[in-house]
Amino acid sequence: MGFYLAQLLTGLANASSLFLIASGLSIIFGVTRIVNFAHGSFYMVGAYMSYTLVTLWSGSILGYWGGVILAAAAVGLIGLVIEMTILRRIYRAPELFQLVATFGVVLIFQDLTQAVWGAEDLLGPRAPGLDSAVRIFGEPIPEYDLALIAIGPAVLLAIWLVFHRTRWGVLVRAATQDREMVGALGVNQAWLFSAAFVLGAFLAGLGGALQIPREAVSLQMDLSIIGEAFVVVVIGGMGSVTGAFVAAVLISVLNAFAILIFPQVSIVLPFVVMAVVLIVRPYGLFGKPGSEHGAPVEPEQPLTLMGQKGLMVMIAAVFVLALSPLAVADFTTILLVDVMVATLFAVSLHFMMGVGGMVSFGHAAYFGVGAYAAAMGVKYFGLGMVPSMALAPFCAAAAALFFGWFCVRLSGVYLAMLTLAAAQILWGVTFQWQDFTGGDDGILGVWPAQWASSDRVYFYIAFVLCIGGIWLLRRAAHSPFGYTLRGVRDSRTRAEAIGVDTRFHQWMGFTLAGTLAGLAGVVFAFSKGSVFPDTLGIALSIDGLIMVLLGGIHALAGPIYGAVAFVMIEDWVTRLDYWRFIFGAIILVVVLLAPDGIAGGVHRLVRMIRGGKA
Amino acid sequence: MSAVLEVQGLSKSFGGVQAVDDVSFTVEPGEFLALIGPNGAGKTTCFNMLNGYLRPDAGSVKLRGQELIGTPPRKIWRMGVGRTFQITETFLSMTVRENVQMALISHHRRIYDIFSRATRLYVDEANALLDLVSMRDQSARPCSELAYGDLKRLELAIALAHRPALLLMDEPTAGMAPSERIALMALTAGIVEREGVSVVFTEHDMDVVFAHAHRILVLNRGMLIAEGSGAEIRANPTVQEVYLGGGTVFQKEADHA
Amino acid sequence: MTLFRRTVLGALAALPLAALPLTASAQETIVLGEVNSYTRLPAFLEPYKKGWELAVEQINAEGGVLGKQLEVISRDDTGDPATAIRIAEELVSKDGAVLIFGTFLSNIGLAVADFAKQKQVLFLASEPLSDALVWSSGNKYTYRLRPSTHMQAAMLAEQAAKLDAVTWATVAPNYAYGQDAVEAFKRELTKLKPDVEFVEEQWPPVFKIDAGSTVRALEQSKPDAIYNVTFGGDLAKFVREGSLRYLFEDRDVVSLLTGEPEYLDPLGNETPEGWIVTGYPSMAIDTEAHDAFETAYMEKWGEKPKTGSIVGYNSILSIKAALEKAGATDTEALLQAMEGLEVPSSPTGPFMFRAADHQSTMGAYVGKTGLVDGEPAMIDWFYADGADYLPSEEEAAKLRPAE
Ligand SMILES: Nc1ncnc2c1ncn2[C@@H]1O[C@H](COP(=O)(O)OP(=O)(O)O)[C@@H](O)[C@H]1O
Ligand SMILES: [Mg+2]
Repeated sequence: MGFYLAQLLTGLANASSLFLIASGLSIIFGVTRIVNFAHGSFYMVGAYMSYTLVTLWSGSILGYWGGVILAAAAVGLIGLVIEMTILRRIYRAPELFQLVATFGVVLIFQDLTQAVWGAEDLLGPRAPGLDSAVRIFGEPIPEYDLALIAIGPAVLLAIWLVFHRTRWGVLVRAATQDREMVGALGVNQAWLFSAAFVLGAFLAGLGGALQIPREAVSLQMDLSIIGEAFVVVVIGGMGSVTGAFVAAVLISVLNAFAILIFPQVSIVLPFVVMAVVLIVRPYGLFGKPGSEHGAPVEPEQPLTLMGQKGLMVMIAAVFVLALSPLAVADFTTILLVDVMVATLFAVSLHFMMGVGGMVSFGHAAYFGVGAYAAAMGVKYFGLGMVPSMALAPFCAAAAALFFGWFCVRLSGVYLAMLTLAAAQILWGVTFQWQDFTGGDDGILGVWPAQWASSDRVYFYIAFVLCIGGIWLLRRAAHSPFGYTLRGVRDSRTRAEAIGVDTRFHQWMGFTLAGTLAGLAGVVFAFSKGSVFPDTLGIALSIDGLIMVLLGGIHALAGPIYGAVAFVMIEDWVTRLDYWRFIFGAIILVVVLLAPDGIAGGVHRLVRMIRGGKA
Repeated sequence: MSAVLEVQGLSKSFGGVQAVDDVSFTVEPGEFLALIGPNGAGKTTCFNMLNGYLRPDAGSVKLRGQELIGTPPRKIWRMGVGRTFQITETFLSMTVRENVQMALISHHRRIYDIFSRATRLYVDEANALLDLVSMRDQSARPCSELAYGDLKRLELAIALAHRPALLLMDEPTAGMAPSERIALMALTAGIVEREGVSVVFTEHDMDVVFAHAHRILVLNRGMLIAEGSGAEIRANPTVQEVYLGGGTVFQKEADHA
Repeated sequence: MTLFRRTVLGALAALPLAALPLTASAQETIVLGEVNSYTRLPAFLEPYKKGWELAVEQINAEGGVLGKQLEVISRDDTGDPATAIRIAEELVSKDGAVLIFGTFLSNIGLAVADFAKQKQVLFLASEPLSDALVWSSGNKYTYRLRPSTHMQAAMLAEQAAKLDAVTWATVAPNYAYGQDAVEAFKRELTKLKPDVEFVEEQWPPVFKIDAGSTVRALEQSKPDAIYNVTFGGDLAKFVREGSLRYLFEDRDVVSLLTGEPEYLDPLGNETPEGWIVTGYPSMAIDTEAHDAFETAYMEKWGEKPKTGSIVGYNSILSIKAALEKAGATDTEALLQAMEGLEVPSSPTGPFMFRAADHQSTMGAYVGKTGLVDGEPAMIDWFYADGADYLPSEEEAAKLRPAE
């Protein structure tokens, strides 16, 4: 009895921590519709700041709590600066574009934090007066856990009061429920957004600051929390603070008990819970229909078939690419293979996101399944390179078919998060099922067949498969299939009214995109000679997302620009010290200069040059 | 048995609101039928049940004797029912012609073709349909740039693409200038005449209704309160009473008559 | 300002376009390629980098190797195996590196090892601990410096067997390293003391431990002793929650790597006392070779050396020895030199690379954790020579795939 109560209290203490960061994320999304990747950075910076302050004023109760609040306030201020200097300029950009900017902010903060506080983990003092355990039913419970258990609901209550008892709070709720209305109310929207962002950042900073007595402050804090925070927000329903609280409790308490029975379950548990919740309740526990979409945006321009000139330029580019191995060094050939793989991956993701309107946060799943299937074909089933290459995309297709069936039942951010859950579950299985997948030691020795093992020959294999895949997807985008997919994205009602089975069509679009991502994975596996669970991981999914959004989601060429730019910049910039800072800054500059992505920027540039000539 | 559409005891409530209450009517071949009533009367809800967007709580809808309840909109469309929406639903990222082409592509069952170029399919047919609604000159424009009235006409062209036997038009002239309204409905009436299509439409402009409708149904608070020709409806005291509050247009019309 | 200038200049120099093979310098220097996850794990890799930089500087000051200066081209793999392979390829084929060394994460170590085999280039894995690297996935081209998971677990098992404890609980991060470490410890301890019983296992996700719940789950099984493999941030959380909840009262704790300054120092005055650990007592080592290293390191970097520093330093010493023995820089000569290569003197004492399984015999320090003058430290420690914790060369050879 005492044991289970103690376990419950442990879960509740964790829930409070998780709630603080998730609530901020939920408020920011609810009001501004920004998927804020930098939220983990706010949390981390809050922890570091409070470490410094609390250590400085150590010993006194006032010093501790003062330090915590001050750190959180400082993070709120940082949030304000970011909102005003960056995000405010790009609210009108296409859906989710702001996510790219927040990703840039994440990179910048990683380097800044390391430069300021150093690389070593920092263990701060415990909270004065709350530094030991009390016995409840004979079980030792840390006093600080009890404090956290009280703080969570207190913050929830405070947010509730702000939202229901102040004019600002009422406006925030109105904005969360109906975005059009905010403009109509004659509210100063910029002010409302800034304030929401500051509140969200403050809460994240507070969440981080309160962790000082529980854990060492480290540079991994940002990325280790962000995934779970998103899960909590989604389970609760985007924009619902109460939902975030319930979800945090659900996840944390479930984890506290589940590890007693299945000690290895923690890796996937939040994602399994999220998947189940979303399948049963497509808007999360407390979310409302309509809460899943970003700010309304300008509709996309019609597709045009390529003109004579464009066609010539493209053929020339492909031709130059085809001849490049004859001219450049071997390592450049390898880099070009990476570029082609990334491009096919990005184009397949764009087919799903841009053409199909189904945002994916877990597209790497199909890339990874393709890569693993090829690796297993060679290593376990003794198939040659060619049969493995031929078979593996079908495995990716099967995975996409399976997960897609669930995903197309949702839309917007919920769909995105279900794809993420699917990818994380696959990743977890791959990571843990050592006998079958090699666990995180991966599968080694997946090199091309003897005849294809020279860098040059493999380049041409990659060339045929990747350029072929890109061509196929481009062709599909212009085909009735692709047009119908865009039709479903534009207006599901109209598509249904002209005889389209909209879900089925999206399902097939999802599967096609997954299959070609799998093809990219196949090419990847043989070019690297080994596959690891990273190929299914969040990091790769996010890279893909950045490529597509950075390139410009509204143009078929967008993902190509995005992928080439991303891989080339990354390859170059990682040679430098403080490359994350530089990379992040480059991303921010591009975002601010071209809020419609690189493709949009290029388009405007071309028009300007033409206009200049005329 | 000759009726195109037979509606029996159709009912639907949302929470406490009885949006449609035991509505029954029939539509004859080639008939131009108006469904009128104040805002919130249940007209749109009625339409949504006729072509499968909403499942009624009770009642039956038969198209040429075949039960439609439980059939999804896409299948009902294939059975020959076209639809335009009160708030237009078009593909904003496509050109005007592509919108019509999409309906034609679907009609010819080619939506799973992944190799042809969609913009090159059924161009002539699409142009002919656009001609029909006088939108040919705008066929290359992005749909997102159209004026609201043009969108309504485009929707009509889309709805006609698969040569429907029955057309459901929800406020087809809303947002148009009065002269445009008359023109559009005259056009529709012409199509009804020529192609033998049956049309059910809802409309607030009584000029339009009385000028073209063969028969008028009046809906109020979900209930069918009157049915008949223009003259009969104008003379109906219940209808007059319903429209007294906000329906000045109707009042004026009645005075004119 | 200088930082900015350096960055910009570095950026220009690094532009791929400007990078035609540097033939001129290639003749005067021997280029060593180095790959590591610097941005992913800076806490462990900064000292490592300082270690090898010191060694390179010292060797070059004494005239280099084979009459040439050593030049290390070091790159960040961002923690991604695929990137690591691309970089390795570039180091070899563009920069003219004669060999590759480095890596920390086991999966990256394995990926680069496999690459080395495919491209037939020598790879000295400095830090990865995975047993697979030299055993089940071992290959002709790959050698490993640091004492492996198996060796360190065996060192601890030897001490654990001397305890009275019979029932054991284990806690390890849920990935290959954690799994290997638990398996090796169980195997070795059971060999030495067959009556031990393992009553509980906890597998928190790496760097995401739910320490409170994990501690409670361990407590529930009431073991006599605990074997811990968590490290870094997880370790700090585990120690805090564990001591708050009296998990370590009257209980033996045996803990892998916890004596390494990288992990021990952050625990500060909360360092648990009396844990049996492997590690590196840094400043407390009083051999002549270590004193010299320590002084030079302190002088250059203004801080005490950590485990990574030693690994980085010894990596270069090993490479120097190999180059001198080979008398050439081609892979065949280097491979021959590596077989049974002796490194007669290093800060941690002499060691050699075993011909049979390519594992070095560099050892680790085994002792207990404690606080000395309020600072965390290893006490009662001794140097455990790696050779004593490896299977015989014949047995080890059987663990490797046929060439
Ligand atoms: N999806 C819905 N949920 C709840 N109430 C609805 C819904 N759709 C319509 N209603 C209600 O049903 C009634 C009829 O609406 P509607 O059919 O749109 O009227 P009309 O088209 O005649 O203006 C109104 O009271 C409206 O508020
Ligand atoms: Mg209506």
